[in-house]
Amino acid sequence: MPETLLLDRVGVRYGGVIALNAVSLTVAPGITLGLIGPNGAGKTTLINAVTGIAPLASGTITLGKHRLDGLPPHRIARAGIARTYQNIRLFGALDVRTNLAAGAFAQPGGLSNDTARTLLERAGLPDLDLDAPAAALPYGDQRRLEIARALAARPSILMLDEPAAGMNPAETARLVETIRAIAGTGVAILLIEHDMTLVRAACDHVVVLNFGEVLARGTPAEIARDPAVIEAYLGSEHVIPSKAPSGASSRDRH
Amino acid sequence: MTFFAQFYAQHSRLLDEIGINALLALSLSVSLQAGQLALAQAGFAGIAAYVSAIASMQYRWPLFASILLAVACSTLVAALLAYPVRRLRGIFLAIATVGFGEIVRVIVNNVSITGGAEGLSGIPNNVNTGIIYSGLALVALALFGLSRTKFALAVALTREDEAAARGVGVDTGMVRFASLALGGAIAGLAGALYAHAFYFLTPADFGFPRMEEILVWCVIGGVTSPIGAVAGAAFLSILPEIIRGLADFREITNGVILLAVILFAPSGLSVLWRSRRATVPRDA
Repeated sequence: MPETLLLDRVGVRYGGVIALNAVSLTVAPGITLGLIGPNGAGKTTLINAVTGIAPLASGTITLGKHRLDGLPPHRIARAGIARTYQNIRLFGALDVRTNLAAGAFAQPGGLSNDTARTLLERAGLPDLDLDAPAAALPYGDQRRLEIARALAARPSILMLDEPAAGMNPAETARLVETIRAIAGTGVAILLIEHDMTLVRAACDHVVVLNFGEVLARGTPAEIARDPAVIEAYLGSEHVIPSKAPSGASSRDRH
Repeated sequence: MTFFAQFYAQHSRLLDEIGINALLALSLSVSLQAGQLALAQAGFAGIAAYVSAIASMQYRWPLFASILLAVACSTLVAALLAYPVRRLRGIFLAIATVGFGEIVRVIVNNVSITGGAEGLSGIPNNVNTGIIYSGLALVALALFGLSRTKFALAVALTREDEAAARGVGVDTGMVRFASLALGGAIAGLAGALYAHAFYFLTPADFGFPRMEEILVWCVIGGVTSPIGAVAGAAFLSILPEIIRGLADFREITNGVILLAVILFAPSGLSVLWRSRRATVPRDA
């Protein structure tokens, strides 16, 4: 069932280091929210906070009417939060079918072959061998299988941690279609990504983190024009020439 | 006398030993399948052996009541042990659980009710080969039943990647707890049967060398394969009978076999009868 994820003034500390400070954001059904920022800005920490791996120092996280903060990770997963990992974390020794069954662990009953096929198709892997060990798959397929595993949980919220890392431009373009199609089914997506082409093509909104705080938020086009974001993260090559009517011209230069 | 009767008359003790050792191997296999290198099975078996022996000798409990009490005790101890070791993984868990086994041995060695270092003799000898293998069949059937449930998936996921398992909704703490308690129950059954099959117990029967032996059975069979563990136990129980000279060097032989398997066949010998698909190509 589609539900909205709400982070209200979330703070996370690692010892004396403030990893996240009063971060508030909303991920609504069918919306893809991009989360960008320099390395160490707290993007992955934010996902870890939502999934219960990083305990909150302050603030609240709610999914629909349910408080998530303070719950153990497995109960948060069962509440409808699925994720992929920056460094792929498939169950490598187990086959594709079992990895998908793992994703559906909290679902009643087992996972039929038909369901497995549908999941793989949604993740852009229509021809994958269900009996292949996950670790033997090509890198790009492993990234997509991780997405399929997350979809197997029928999540309200899907969090993708740099899904395009290591992909070539053609693969990234296909990934955009995949993400768009998933969002089209009413799933709320939180997307961490460094590839601005992907962010602009896939995201409805963008939140920029810097030193654990929200630096800016807006549409991808607004973000690309924001001087503070350019200064902290994007760099001047992303500046859209003032004469250009839209972001299209700057996208062409990449 | 028929051939089988003659064979049984000559080898009944060995057959009993194989059955009990297979149970011990299964008890460790349960932990290893969940990725937990918990080496307390000899200790659990020892506790159960003494409980069952004392219940039947001093309190005149009937056989099955003694065994039941013994299994209950070893399960309870395993469940209690699960709490202090809940944050330990890998080699640290191994060290802590080996330490637990030694504590059991030292206590048994030094209290009067267990007969101390001299051991207990004159335990009612009323467990025969049939009872042992009925117990083994019961445990095998229960484990087979479990292997077809979602718990088996949870166990495999916990073994492969605990954090990712939690990420798909597996209560890995519960899996670790359950695997240790279940291992304690099976080891307890083995220990109780041992006491009544061999009617003589000493603390040394359940010390570290025994634990190492159990580990070797599981490792040569393939750590995630219960059938492999049973086969490993049977093979290494028969080996000293075939090569008589080995019996005196059992611990050295075990060490050499353990090393050889880790070096040359790290997945254990069970890969020989597994389908090729299950093995991951190296260039992955």
